[in-house]
Amino acid sequence: MTADKVQYQPSDEVDFVIIGSGAAGGILAKELSSNGFRVVVLEQGPYLTPSDFSHDEIKVLQEDLLTNHPKLQPNTFRKTPDEKAKPQRALVYGRAVGGTSNHFTANFWRFHEIDFVERSKVGVIPGTTFSDWPFSYAELEPYYTKVEWEVGVSGLAGASPFDPPRSRPYPMPPLPTKSNGVLFERAARKLGLNPFPAPMAILSQPRAGRSACVNCGFCLAFGCEVGAKSSSLASMIPLAEKTGHCEIRPNSYVHKIELDSRGRAVGAVYFDAKKTVHLQKAKAVIVSANGAETPRLLLLSASSQFPNGLANSSGYVGKNLMLNSGGISLGVFDEQLNDYKGFAVSRILHDFYELDAQKVGFYGGGGLDARFDMTPINFAAGGGLPPDAPRWGKKFKEAIAHNFTRTVEVFSHGTSLPVENNSFSLDPELKDAWGLPALRMTYKDHADDIKLARWLNEYGLQILDAAGAKQKWTYPIEEQQFAVHLLGTCRLGSDPKTSVINADHRTHDVKNLFLCDGSSFVTSGRGQPTMTIEALAFRAADRITALAKRGDLNA
Amino acid sequence: MPETDCPSSVPFDRRTFLTRGAAGLSAAWLTAHWPAMVSAATHAHASAASPNPAKFEFFKPEEAVEVEAIASRIIPSDETPGAKEAGVVYFIDRALVTFASDSQKTYRAGLSEVQEILAEKFPAVRKFSAATPEQQDAVIESLSQDNTKKPASRRNRPNVGVQPFFETIRYHTIAGFLIDPDSDRRGNRGGVGWKVIGRDAGHVFQPPFGALDKDYSGWQPVSSEKK
Repeated sequence: MTADKVQYQPSDEVDFVIIGSGAAGGILAKELSSNGFRVVVLEQGPYLTPSDFSHDEIKVLQEDLLTNHPKLQPNTFRKTPDEKAKPQRALVYGRAVGGTSNHFTANFWRFHEIDFVERSKVGVIPGTTFSDWPFSYAELEPYYTKVEWEVGVSGLAGASPFDPPRSRPYPMPPLPTKSNGVLFERAARKLGLNPFPAPMAILSQPRAGRSACVNCGFCLAFGCEVGAKSSSLASMIPLAEKTGHCEIRPNSYVHKIELDSRGRAVGAVYFDAKKTVHLQKAKAVIVSANGAETPRLLLLSASSQFPNGLANSSGYVGKNLMLNSGGISLGVFDEQLNDYKGFAVSRILHDFYELDAQKVGFYGGGGLDARFDMTPINFAAGGGLPPDAPRWGKKFKEAIAHNFTRTVEVFSHGTSLPVENNSFSLDPELKDAWGLPALRMTYKDHADDIKLARWLNEYGLQILDAAGAKQKWTYPIEEQQFAVHLLGTCRLGSDPKTSVINADHRTHDVKNLFLCDGSSFVTSGRGQPTMTIEALAFRAADRITALAKRGDLNA
Repeated sequence: MPETDCPSSVPFDRRTFLTRGAAGLSAAWLTAHWPAMVSAATHAHASAASPNPAKFEFFKPEEAVEVEAIASRIIPSDETPGAKEAGVVYFIDRALVTFASDSQKTYRAGLSEVQEILAEKFPAVRKFSAATPEQQDAVIESLSQDNTKKPASRRNRPNVGVQPFFETIRYHTIAGFLIDPDSDRRGNRGGVGWKVIGRDAGHVFQPPFGALDKDYSGWQPVSSEKK
């Protein structure tokens, strides 16, 4: 820590306390502190730096260097509300300064225009709470552009005929093309499709004092040692700290939002590293703790004023969880592709972004990408080999020796429908290491999501076939029980009965309490949420700044 | 004799990653990060270069012999190095006092189970490590049939908690063979596991990466007459 970094006392009433330092929290911290406000960011995880990152797969994937730890923070899972939830690791999220943006794949697709108005176009879908967003793509477009230029996204504007309008090209050319990208592009074109260079939040050129990607190959799930991956840690947090009035306070686990007798937020109550409790006072509170921890914090903050959980007059806090559907097809090729080098993805396609429900028989749409994102142990032990491959012995060794450099994955990413029963809530029995109620996840995919995943996965196989795969297979599509994308659990909307926050990200119930992260989503998009989380955060920062400047947070 | 690690003479340690990577970095980035990089490189280098421990931290020497024999059937040594040359037994030994301490009982019970299967199938052979490779494979085959647990799906994290012995030692053998050789976990000695699977040593690569991007001429829009 350098001496010039500001430190506040919990008793200092700062302008904003932001809970969470990830994709949304990092941007809000940078924007609000740049606008002159005093900000404290409370992050439950540690403040790691690139020198703490590691290519040790045990440390990262098993000891959860960057992520929530199942022993400290156990959770439970059930499919439907009538079941008793059982302890089971059901979700993973970033738990360090930078949050989930430290370890994401960095696929940075914008949402398309349809994503914001799809309910109006498609109509009612039974069993869902399918709704339009309270604003359009056009409203968010300048903020997508801001993400690309300020956080750092590589890509090629105009390369996809399905791309929504944009006001500026990408600030950097696409990353290099991988061999699986070449295979995918040739095969998809043979099938009459429109593959294009993947927009990625990874620097293809040095920028803003950060290195370009060095193609180390430990990307998905790992932190970037050279700062090329555009995490909040690499991009936004240093700028926030540089303003001189933003403090990032790690190891600070917020478990309650404190209110005054008028029902106004006065600050956030947290455990420090020694489990001592503090109240950080603030004029307004912003929760960007992710789509699981944001609703959990509101539910933990229940009081006599808000017996069902804070800001939960709609009953929607924690509900309408969406994970994105999708699947993985794999193929083995004769050529040595060496796709273990570099970032994960270099080609994607959006031809199936909007499938015709009349034709396919279900609602949905998605994208496909070609990638290889498996690190060596993960590949050999965790499912990189075909299902009929030997699991030990000489033949096993031969299989890993041959396939590691010759395997391609085609990932499909698609819509999830919002279903009210799908949720994060507080487990009535299980507690975390701090004695707080654990997260309980309830999730059962809507039937259309399963149909979509199967449809896209089959198409992935067709592409692998057209690419000349010598062997190909898919992981079976099953109902999801493991969450990575955590979306929709405190949704945006103009009707306080069916949403938790308004278009300014202000909770309908508490005037100086704002929420912004994946929980804000109304629909799921097609599987790459972080770009939109970040665009929302830039927009929310503008809205909150305007409200604060006209005194609307104090009245 | 297994190839001993000589990370200072082969170009795939972490120091090389960091210093070679630095060549392409901006001056501003270097100024900001150089001290941390040097410190990380020095630390990683030191841990990679330190010799094997004189003693095992968990296994008795006679247990280590059996564990190494089992691991050597999971990833055998043939024309190329296997679990033995990669030092997998040292990796497992350390694992059992660190991230896999939950599995200590599984190993002790598993080694007894292996002896039982051996006694049943080959009563004349006293120890698994003394059996012929064919006999050993027959024992492992039987051990691996004891359970029908599906391997964890790739997108999930590795299973934590207690797993059957075969699954446990299988995972640990693979991990000990393929772990980043610059980590301090004592596996993948000399980077031999990465060599076997065709992963080039090092952590900094430049395109072209593989057979197809080498001759790729660059992205072109689909021509309008084709549409």
